[in-house]
Amino acid sequence: MKTIFERTPALSDAVTHYCPGCTHGIVHRLVAEALDELDLTGRTIGVAPVGCAVMAYNYFECDMVQAAHGRAPAVATGVKRTHPGSIVFTYQGDGDLAAIGTAETVHAAARGENITVIFINNAIYGMTGGQMAPTTMPAQVTQTSPYGRDVSKAGYPLRVSEMLATVDGARYIERVAVNSAANVKKAKAAIKKAFANQAAGNGFTLVEVLSTCPTNWGLDPVKALDWLKDNMMPYYPLGVYKDGAAPEAGGEA
Amino acid sequence: MAETILMKGNEAMAEAAVMAGCRHFFGYPITPQNEVAAYMSRRMPQVDGVYLQAESEIAAINMVLGASAAGARAMTSSSSPGVALKSEGLSYLAGCDLPAVVVNIQRGGPGLGSIQPSQADYFMATRGGGHGDFHMIVLAPNSVQEMFDCAFTAFDLADKYRMTVNILADGVLGQMMEPVVMNSPKMAELPAKDWAVTGTGGKRKSNIVNSLYLKPEALEQTNIERYKRYAVIEKEEARSESYLMDDAEICVTAYGASSRVARNAVDMAREKGVKAGLIRPITVWPFPKGVFLEAAGRVNSFVCVEMSMGQMIEDVELAIRCKKPVAFCGRTGGMIPDPEQVLAAIMKDGRLS
Ligand SMILES: Cc1ncc(C[n+]2csc(CCOP(=O)(O)OP(=O)(O)O)c2C)c(N)n1
Ligand code: SF4
Repeated sequence: MKTIFERTPALSDAVTHYCPGCTHGIVHRLVAEALDELDLTGRTIGVAPVGCAVMAYNYFECDMVQAAHGRAPAVATGVKRTHPGSIVFTYQGDGDLAAIGTAETVHAAARGENITVIFINNAIYGMTGGQMAPTTMPAQVTQTSPYGRDVSKAGYPLRVSEMLATVDGARYIERVAVNSAANVKKAKAAIKKAFANQAAGNGFTLVEVLSTCPTNWGLDPVKALDWLKDNMMPYYPLGVYKDGAAPEAGGEA
Repeated sequence: MAETILMKGNEAMAEAAVMAGCRHFFGYPITPQNEVAAYMSRRMPQVDGVYLQAESEIAAINMVLGASAAGARAMTSSSSPGVALKSEGLSYLAGCDLPAVVVNIQRGGPGLGSIQPSQADYFMATRGGGHGDFHMIVLAPNSVQEMFDCAFTAFDLADKYRMTVNILADGVLGQMMEPVVMNSPKMAELPAKDWAVTGTGGKRKSNIVNSLYLKPEALEQTNIERYKRYAVIEKEEARSESYLMDDAEICVTAYGASSRVARNAVDMAREKGVKAGLIRPITVWPFPKGVFLEAAGRVNSFVCVEMSMGQMIEDVELAIRCKKPVAFCGRTGGMIPDPEQVLAAIMKDGRLS
């Protein structure tokens, strides 16, 4: 019999706890495939966040550390500075990365920390039951924005990729989505490129993945993909935000 | 022969940490511990080590956690408000059973407080300093030599028991200069860190460093196991120094900088014919309970000297099971008690007995 599809080795055979239709699982597979295809899995150390991906340590077949809420980039820094030859990634949601862990994220980028951040932007706090996140859309209804996010009181969604692209230490920043087969392919290419950059010692890389949370959005999985496309993509345009070295020290000659 | 050098306490401790094999230091500026980070920023590049100034104390302790998870001897230092911020990381270090050395050069509090020396973080240090059931080993040096020596002890104990060792000093010990004999003690035999995240190399099952338990039964069991280790530590690692206690009728007790003042006061009391002695805890967790309980059978009363409103006094009372009266003598907010004040407390108590 011919095998036409199989689990990539960097992904464990554990049954994930993600809700049906959640795109976290897709992104896990993309990360694992990228590591395997680049032959990096054996020297990879992952850092799991606090959020729905908290148990990512059970899903990847590599060494893993589970970090406190928002602190994954700091933990990854400690790991990477101990094993500079290893490949270190964090996998973080938007509450983890863009609220409680904003400082850790921005400063890991500013230091040009040679790590890869996989950033899941699903416009909500998934694990805690669907509260407003820093990335929640204007007028989006959540458990803690029951009348819709009122930007006059709750402020505006944070565009993380755009913000980090202004940071000199960041080497490669791209925003992708996993709402269609075509976009999934592009997402994988971006994740691979990020890891390849890290392996080459190029510095901080981050891939922002627009992702769905059907459970807390109150939508079925297919409608959730549509909602992502219609609501998130206009506000969070896909594309490469940074791809290149930091300016030379000392600035223009 | 080991060199003798005149050094500040903060620098002596930093150098000893390097000598003990620490190659990862993560800091954030705060007075009165800045000399530690400044020293490390100079020293680490000379030994191919990592000095990194973090964006906050929270980030620094989590960098320590990452480096420790990866198998390194890692350290951070701060002062009271900064150590409070580290409490989240201290709890995670405990939950992950990771070794770490965390220094607190205490200053006056609460709030922004003062930058003068204090011992008001005793509760924070000995009662966990973070959420959940856990302890740190807390070392309380009282001289620049001990600041130096305790760094070796701290790293060895941290690795031996896979937990945080807190060096609890203060602005006096950090900033004063004394001669230090730069002895490098023999390293303890320590278990291999086969739990560390290093990359599997495709050769072993993955290592996971984690503090999350989905089943409360499993967490309870893990905590019970951890407390069994704590019980061993309480039995074997409690350290103290007794001074003139053989015939003492009044036991003065103090740790760290205030123990130096207390010792002077004990000498002054002896000159006046009052039989005072001193017990100085060198570990405040584990608290040297046995020494106190034994003394309680012989002395008439205790005087607890602290640079706080009275925190260690609770451990003294618990240790002696309230068998004898314990008087408190202290200054707070960054003020240091003087020997005359302590002497007065001894004399007042001496008359009581
Ligand atoms: C210090 C701290 N604060 C709050 C929490 C509770 N908490 C757990 S998960 C989470 C939100 C996670 O949301 P996000 O990062 O967006 O990831 P998602 O679950 O959507 O994947 C929060 C606030 C916590 N565990 N620790
Ligand atoms: S709550 Fe949302 S993000 Fe979390 S697993 Fe379910 S669908 Fe996915």
